Amino acid sequence: MTTEMQRIVFSESMKLADLIDVNFKLLNVLSRLNISLGFGENTIKEVCERQGINLNSFLLICNIYTYDSYIPSAELLSGADPETIVEYLHNSHAFYLDKEFAGLERNLKDMVGPCDAMQKKIVAKFFADYKTQVENHFSYEESVVFPYVRALIEGGRQESYSIEQFEENHSNIDETLNDLKNIVMKYLPETCDTVLRNEVLYRIYRFEEDLLKHTVIEDSVLIPMVNKMEER
Amino acid sequence: MKTAHKKVLLIIPSKIIARGIESVLSELGEFRVEGILSDISHASEARLRNMDADVIIIDPAVYDYMSRMSGRARLAEYSGAAVVALRTIPMDDEQVKLYDGTISMYDDPVTIVRKLRESLASHEETPESEGHDLSQREKEILVCVAKGMLNKEIADYCNLSIHTVITHRKNITRKTGIKTVAGLTVYALLNNLIDSSSIEL
Repeated sequence: MTTEMQRIVFSESMKLADLIDVNFKLLNVLSRLNISLGFGENTIKEVCERQGINLNSFLLICNIYTYDSYIPSAELLSGADPETIVEYLHNSHAFYLDKEFAGLERNLKDMVGPCDAMQKKIVAKFFADYKTQVENHFSYEESVVFPYVRALIEGGRQESYSIEQFEENHSNIDETLNDLKNIVMKYLPETCDTVLRNEVLYRIYRFEEDLLKHTVIEDSVLIPMVNKMEER
Repeated sequence: MKTAHKKVLLIIPSKIIARGIESVLSELGEFRVEGILSDISHASEARLRNMDADVIIIDPAVYDYMSRMSGRARLAEYSGAAVVALRTIPMDDEQVKLYDGTISMYDDPVTIVRKLRESLASHEETPESEGHDLSQREKEILVCVAKGMLNKEIADYCNLSIHTVITHRKNITRKTGIKTVAGLTVYALLNNLIDSSSIEL
């Protein structure tokens, strides 16, 4: 964990490569904002300008991703644009569903290789149910929340909905993922290969952290922004 | 030989108060602060589970108003420690009853130690399932949960009060780390507590 003393405030003049060196997990953020690697010595500002990404939004996301107790300043919040945030959240969903789940599923399948047919079935079913749970959650955000925010950005307002109704409830999703972690770590038969088990665990831990940051971006960036737009 | 200290975990947002309690207790011995958390966050849960504290001193201000009643119950999922509330905010009788004891910031050090001892003693009287492995009763209840039975049905089936069933379920979750019914079902199947034919796969 990064302590207060080591904290580096990300600034627009920082080289993008140095940013990644501070927190390599930000590689995920780059790909979700369609920034490809190969950016040479370019600074954050230069890359954002070239890609048409709002600089404040980018810094906000990177800070939240890197510092556990980061609270966005009102200044940064008002300078960020909701469109980039929504795009980021939407692309994250797509990444989770297409890449993350496919990878996890593959790793799980490899891991239960030596198990008997019933055990394989049990694990596969648990994971399939979890996947459905997450898909349902995302599809609510994709079909209700994001269109509502996009309409607000355009200046329209659907009176039938307000962001207040968007009560973030990830707890079921978090609990199920946590259960999967416990099962893989503690309760699968010893015939499962430890290295393959580790791969699954690394993936779950990383995914768990990613989801947590995702929720923070929704709760402490998107919702305050939308509240402000609703007041207009 | 060193006498065994009782391990204390503080869950107190104010660093000043937390450090104050730590220093008061260290002067008197017997209780020693082994960890300080400033909130009840996702990351804190693992530390709670891990520390194996004897006593937790918590400032109920860490919970927002709505979760104050359920907050104490959630702690029990992570730790079997006696839980003492630090009265920094007004608490009604219902809230006080949730804790094994309360201390005030104006209590003198000797009173605090006496109250901690009393809380520990009163906590130990309540039936608490010991150890890390599931007891026979807990396994029985786990099987019912895995089969999809509701608490009321389990209570009737095992001839227990609903309250006892809930306590057992909390202990099962604390021991296994598994919270969801789906997860408990997988646990029961992998440990051959139930036959896969008895549930839908």
